Amino acid sequence: METTLLIAAAIKIGVFLGVTLTLVSVCVIFERRFSAIIQDRVGPNRTMIPLSILGFKKDLALPIGGLTQPMADGLKFILKEDFTPSYVRKAFFWLAPCMTMVPALVTMAVVPFGSPIEFGNLVIPMAVADLNVGPLFIFAIASLSVYGITLAGWSSNSKYPFFGGVRSCAQMISYEIALGLSVIPVLMMFGTLNLGHIVEYQANNGWLLLPFWGEGLTAERWWMLIPLVVSFFIFTTSIFAETNRTPFDLPECETELVGGYHTEYSSMKFALFFLGEYAAMIIGSALIVTLFFGGWSIGFGIDGLLPTGAWWVSLLHIGCFLTKVTVFILFFILVRWTVPRFRYDQLMNLGWIVFFEAALINVFIAALILAVPHIGYLAFGVCLAILLVITGLLFAIAKSAIHAPKEGTI
Amino acid sequence: MATIKVTRPKLSVGEKVYFGSIFKGMIVTLRHAFKSVMGKSRGADELNSSGLGITMQYPEQKWDDELPEYYRGTPALVTDELDRERCVSCQLCEFICPPKAIKITPGEIPSNDEWAKVEKRPQEFDIDMIRCIYCGMCEEVCPEQAIYLRPDYIVTGTSRKEMVHDKDRLYEIGGKRVGLVNKWNELK
Amino acid sequence: MSEDAPVVTEQKLPKDLAAEKGMVNVQIDGEWIQVPRGTRMIEAAKLVGKEVPHYCYHPKLSSPGNCRMCLVQMGMPPRPAPGADPVYNDDGFQEIGWMPRPVIACANTVAENMGIRTTGELVETTREGVMEFLLINHPLDCPICDQAGECKLQEFSVEHGRGQSRFQETKIKKPKNVDIGKNIRLDDERCIMCSRCIRFMEEVAEEPVLGFSERGTHTSVTVHPGRRLDNNYSLNTADICPVGALTSNDFRFQMRVWFLKETKSIDLNCGTGCNTTIWTRGNEVFRITPRENNEVNSAWIPDTHRLGFHHLHSDARLTEPMVKKDGEHRETTWIEAVNKAAEGLRMRQASEVAVIASGRMSNEELFLAKKIADALGTDLLSIVPRQGESDGKLISADRNANTTGASLIFDTEDPAAKIDAIREGVRSGKIKALVTLQENLLKEAGFKTEDLEKLDHLVSSHILANPTAANSDVVLPGAGFAEKRGTYVNVTGRLQRSNQAILTQGNSRDDWETLAALLGTIEKDYLAPASIDGVLKALASEVEAFNGQSFGSIGDQGVIITETGVTIPLIEQEKARVASGQING
Repeated sequence: METTLLIAAAIKIGVFLGVTLTLVSVCVIFERRFSAIIQDRVGPNRTMIPLSILGFKKDLALPIGGLTQPMADGLKFILKEDFTPSYVRKAFFWLAPCMTMVPALVTMAVVPFGSPIEFGNLVIPMAVADLNVGPLFIFAIASLSVYGITLAGWSSNSKYPFFGGVRSCAQMISYEIALGLSVIPVLMMFGTLNLGHIVEYQANNGWLLLPFWGEGLTAERWWMLIPLVVSFFIFTTSIFAETNRTPFDLPECETELVGGYHTEYSSMKFALFFLGEYAAMIIGSALIVTLFFGGWSIGFGIDGLLPTGAWWVSLLHIGCFLTKVTVFILFFILVRWTVPRFRYDQLMNLGWIVFFEAALINVFIAALILAVPHIGYLAFGVCLAILLVITGLLFAIAKSAIHAPKEGTI
Repeated sequence: MATIKVTRPKLSVGEKVYFGSIFKGMIVTLRHAFKSVMGKSRGADELNSSGLGITMQYPEQKWDDELPEYYRGTPALVTDELDRERCVSCQLCEFICPPKAIKITPGEIPSNDEWAKVEKRPQEFDIDMIRCIYCGMCEEVCPEQAIYLRPDYIVTGTSRKEMVHDKDRLYEIGGKRVGLVNKWNELK
Repeated sequence: MSEDAPVVTEQKLPKDLAAEKGMVNVQIDGEWIQVPRGTRMIEAAKLVGKEVPHYCYHPKLSSPGNCRMCLVQMGMPPRPAPGADPVYNDDGFQEIGWMPRPVIACANTVAENMGIRTTGELVETTREGVMEFLLINHPLDCPICDQAGECKLQEFSVEHGRGQSRFQETKIKKPKNVDIGKNIRLDDERCIMCSRCIRFMEEVAEEPVLGFSERGTHTSVTVHPGRRLDNNYSLNTADICPVGALTSNDFRFQMRVWFLKETKSIDLNCGTGCNTTIWTRGNEVFRITPRENNEVNSAWIPDTHRLGFHHLHSDARLTEPMVKKDGEHRETTWIEAVNKAAEGLRMRQASEVAVIASGRMSNEELFLAKKIADALGTDLLSIVPRQGESDGKLISADRNANTTGASLIFDTEDPAAKIDAIREGVRSGKIKALVTLQENLLKEAGFKTEDLEKLDHLVSSHILANPTAANSDVVLPGAGFAEKRGTYVNVTGRLQRSNQAILTQGNSRDDWETLAALLGTIEKDYLAPASIDGVLKALASEVEAFNGQSFGSIGDQGVIITETGVTIPLIEQEKARVASGQING
């Protein structure tokens, strides 16, 4: 039994790592083609398989619209000169790219890709590690990637990378608070930290934001939508900031900082940063999907009709999960090519003054709504009134804290 | 300096939240993307696009037929009807050339030459096509109508040296040009 | 004068005040000034910064007034009626009666109470007309003409011309590309008959081989039959030619003038030290022209001197320091070459060492050479004498540029006195080590190859490869005259400076740096200055005649620092012509 589980874990690690890494390179081609389409361009569409180096007469052109481009890109990154400037702090300079890529991949371990498979009398969860503290694990590990970027900026021993590193450090720490707080109402709602259970609950009782079946149809659940939607917005936006993507890509803001923290990097080391960003984007999408959109569940009560534990059901669920993740990746890309970059003070205002306060109050609102059956409507009203007063006060303080340019002159 | 007073626009609460505008923006982008995929981008037909956006796919599709008369491609030297090289190496193009791509070594025409009366012609005439910015100033400044920007735009090479067009190459591109003012005629 | 102040009757009129100083009052474009009597109108206008366009006029030549370009409007007070007194206005001047026809400004001298208008409708239309006539037969040669860019015809047709021609007939055809002399090419079509070249050859070069032939529109400049323009001052005619009729064979079709950078310098071919402008593009000298200095070379320079720059770009240039090893020269580093040179000099007794400097070296280099001789403890320091014959104009008998400087720095009457002693010492084997700076000893110094072979240690610095360098144990490549800064004292005792126009070739170095490095290696506690300015500063503090001099104080025209009693014949001739009123100078 132990050995079966171990073998299963090994297979899962292999498969999910493979899937994630493939998804990373597919993300890159998606980004390039999608942005090209948005901008009336064509994008990479003609990479061939260079059979001619192997002695064939012609290169092989596959009619798959440039999907071989990621391979070519990868090959290029590996074969390029890996240049290390003489003035960098070598050990950290080498460590930094790993520090961004590895956490992103490790966090994938706790995300359930599909419904569990029953194998004899064993139930094998479709997550590498079915932890009971899933989201905490993710936050803990994901926050390590800030070290990667900060180290990259510092060890480059050069002006612009350093600025990029500092910016990134400040930005990620700021948004981690909002990220952590915004997810609390969700966890209070589920009452568990096991991502597998969270998804299963959603499969049976309606997705968090679309409670159309099972227990999701109660009035209390619909009231909960208010804090949950707020949570969703804050969480999604914070994920953007955490992954350093537009509109929050100030650490690598090329107009100001050349390339930001990875200015001094080349070849595969640069590629690790580059891919780390996409890996973070995938894990972000996976997390949003898992928490708010039912993870692997097909939804609308269909999951309940399917036999549990059958391998084809699990595959179907994995497919469903990957589809949802892909949709969110496309959403990420769409946002990148729509919204312009924030100014740094706007970024900080948004993180500390808007999102932090909003997430905090949101936690109390969610708690109040959840507490109604226990404390009655009167107490609820009183508490709500107190909360409103506190909110008003916070609002006033926050407003005075925002440094807005004076009206009148430029 | 005059101080211009500007009033920042008053934003409503909805506008302050941004989400509405961001959402609208995404719709616009998405709509454009769909149009692009359908091959219905603005100007796609006139510009003979490849089907995605308005972009042509270069080596297969070319715009040569639609190049305007005044298209500024690679600069080249021309000879006149009598195959005389029109350039007298006055070096005005070398002087005006903004990226300093032109380098001329002037030389005297030997007295036994058919065109000895012109006295002067370039010994060497190099245009560094890596530097050239196709501005056409050389053509404009030339007092002898000797240098023209041809519609050739495919200038490639595998070395820097190959990208420097010498005199022979320039005459090869330029060829013979008839119908120009002929200063050095029999009256001269 | 204020209105209420009573007119003081005994107050002198401006004309009397001016006359006391030998001046006259002239009104130029409404402005009254005093100019010396006898000044030409064109020069008077120049004094107030009004340029009157002209072709034939040249301040160093007589004024025939044949180009008509300098026409200006002139006015004089009307002659009072018989019995009437002249009327003076409040400022003490008479009313000017303007003449209806313009006059030429180059041949007319100023007079008391004269008015000159260099602008105005009359003057401008006149100039436009003259320009149009001058351009009638002028060919459209500008693209091939060497004068383009510094052509007065181009400049004035832009400034004063009408922009297009109304002339529809065929232009007169005249000889083109005529070989009239060794250095000069004539293009008669471009000539505008200003006769500057003819007057120069007659008045300054005193070999009148040029003249006009034919009449009317067929007039053309020609050389006297059977003669050629082979005078050693012939290239000056190309300089003063306002158009491209006379061009230099040497500079012909080499480079357009607008690419050339001008560097003010001096000529080092003889003791006169003619002031020059070096014209360079990139790291190449293209031509050298005279620069006006009325105390040294007027506005002229001999052809031989101005053409003596081609060796700078010679293939024989030495570009790497070399040390002889097993009878063969090997390229080496500067540090090693200098160490090797110093080592061979230090290991010998003072009596076995001699230093031969050159009279063509700058004061700074001579100063350092003297220091090296002092450091070696030898008093055998000499320059190589180089005497020739004066041509009675600009070429001095002393063909060393800096003999005067050498005698000041070496503190001796004849800096070349010891050359014979050194030669004999080498011949007799008494001198074992010799430093020779910028001198090929086999030439003027009178050494023979076998003399040099007797030496144990020969250190030499040269620009070009030569037999002396071939026999040297250490060869230190030097910088040509256009590649370094320095000061020189000419035969009249005038301290002048030369400037760096181009970079040194290859790995060769400015000579003062080499000498300072050598000195620093011989004498360990010598602190070399950071720049040549520092060397001149040290020189100025040690040699009395140079006290207080610096590169800044010398200026472009130089300063007299010692009296030698020598004069430059051409300058004396010019002064006589100015005094006699032939030219304004």
